[in-house]
Amino acid sequence: MRELLELLEHDARRPVHELAAMLHRSEYEVEQQMKKLEKDRVILNYTTFIDWEKFGDDKVTAMIEVNVSPQREVGFDAIAERIYRFEEVRSVFLMSGSYDLLVIIEGKSLRDIANFVAKRLSTIEGVISTRSHFMLKPYKKDGVILNDKERDRRLVVSP
Amino acid sequence: MNWENRLSTAVNELAPSGIRKFFDIAAEMEDVISLGVGEPDFITPWAIRESCVYGLEQGFTAYTANRGLLELRQEIAALYKRNFNTAYDPAEEILVTVGVSEGLDLAMRAIVSQGDEVLIPEPCYVSYKACVTLAGGIAVPVAAKIANDFRITAAELEAKITPRTKALLIGYPNNPTGAVMSRLDLLEIADLAEKYDLIVISDEIYGDLTYGGMEHTCFSSLPGMKDRTILLNGFSKAYAMTGWRIGYALANPVIIAAMTKIHQYTMLCAPITAQIAAVEALRHGEKYMKNMVSEYDKRRRLIYDGLQKIGLSCFEPKGAFYIFPCIESTGLTSEEFAEQLLHSEHVALVPGNAFGSSGEGFVRCSYATSVANISEALVRMENFLRHHRKK
Repeated sequence: MRELLELLEHDARRPVHELAAMLHRSEYEVEQQMKKLEKDRVILNYTTFIDWEKFGDDKVTAMIEVNVSPQREVGFDAIAERIYRFEEVRSVFLMSGSYDLLVIIEGKSLRDIANFVAKRLSTIEGVISTRSHFMLKPYKKDGVILNDKERDRRLVVSP
Repeated sequence: MNWENRLSTAVNELAPSGIRKFFDIAAEMEDVISLGVGEPDFITPWAIRESCVYGLEQGFTAYTANRGLLELRQEIAALYKRNFNTAYDPAEEILVTVGVSEGLDLAMRAIVSQGDEVLIPEPCYVSYKACVTLAGGIAVPVAAKIANDFRITAAELEAKITPRTKALLIGYPNNPTGAVMSRLDLLEIADLAEKYDLIVISDEIYGDLTYGGMEHTCFSSLPGMKDRTILLNGFSKAYAMTGWRIGYALANPVIIAAMTKIHQYTMLCAPITAQIAAVEALRHGEKYMKNMVSEYDKRRRLIYDGLQKIGLSCFEPKGAFYIFPCIESTGLTSEEFAEQLLHSEHVALVPGNAFGSSGEGFVRCSYATSVANISEALVRMENFLRHHRKK
């Protein structure tokens, strides 16, 4: 199962017959395993990694450090939930260190994000302070180098 | 000047590489998919490259000891102790070479006198025979059989032994067949070496690349074999470092001294840049190597499955990154198959006879290429086969 997950994590579009061959399993077995992993929510989603900038879209991404006061019983979970339910929020992580939650937001413009932080995020009860960092240029994301210049330089046939 | 007449007899008699022709044709093509490459498609892991860059920044640009950096020899000794429980003395039993290619040449020149015979199981890497010939020896090919998954047997070797037989040159996991010899298989060979007092040169460059639960057995780790073995290995295949040209030889102090003597007059030392990178590879590179091996394994299964499905029979290779399907069902020779496939489907591979006459009827496919390339190559080969079935 681990091998199957690793293959899918790298390329979710691999056809089942190819996966089956690479794993020395039958296609039926692979299909069943995938279904089970989806059902158990080990596989949550199959997404596509897009370089939107190259496509021509200007998106603004901000990483926001949020300090919050944890609540009795639920700790950070309840406040994290109040934050992650917003569509604009791409990711939320509970962090160790000088702040509590790292919130990653995507918007169309700086103003968009400023608005969100001012009107939505900082007004949530329990949010003590926020610090926004705007992302200027992505180099590598989720293991993928965006503008990778390394290529196959091998001779086409060699002993 | 008529240069043809002025070349040495040894060079003139050397057969040209059977690969050259395909290289020339394939290099001209635009959309060629190559299963003909005998090196990893990975680029050397960054940590290893970075250590070399750092070394240059620190000014490591001088000669090293003839035998190589002591640090590197110590790491190599530690590796063999750890993995094979075989102790080599870094001071006297290890020589760092410019790839296994140099190690092989040195070994041959160190042990072969005019007319000495060296047994070479075939199919095998293209330079084995040439190295023996250039050293003045006689290469005696011994055909390994497909019925035995291209593993050589002691009986097959013994049939070719004469009073002039001095050494045996083996390379497992094997290029081009992907065959691996088990410990038991090798013990048989060890007995033979003992019986006829043969030197065994063991090229173990693909030793880290074994699959399907098959463990590599280091020949010198077999009982009593360390003293008679010249073990050759390097970093090219396991660490994706082919262009660095860095390898090593492990053997008895007398033979290492002899090889070092040739090495110091011809090469002086292996490049210091590559030696620094090799130290890093042995200290911190294992996890990257393991990842690459696991990737090769998936591709191996994919191409093995694919070739069978399109009707080319092959045994399941357990090592290196080659698979060696039989193409006799097409009625074509290996060269015809390779040439026609290249022209009509733009898939490059290497005809089996380039690795010895017993490779005739087979082609070598390298799966050191992306899954997408393997899949596309299989589609094109299937298409080719549709038009080339023996009636």
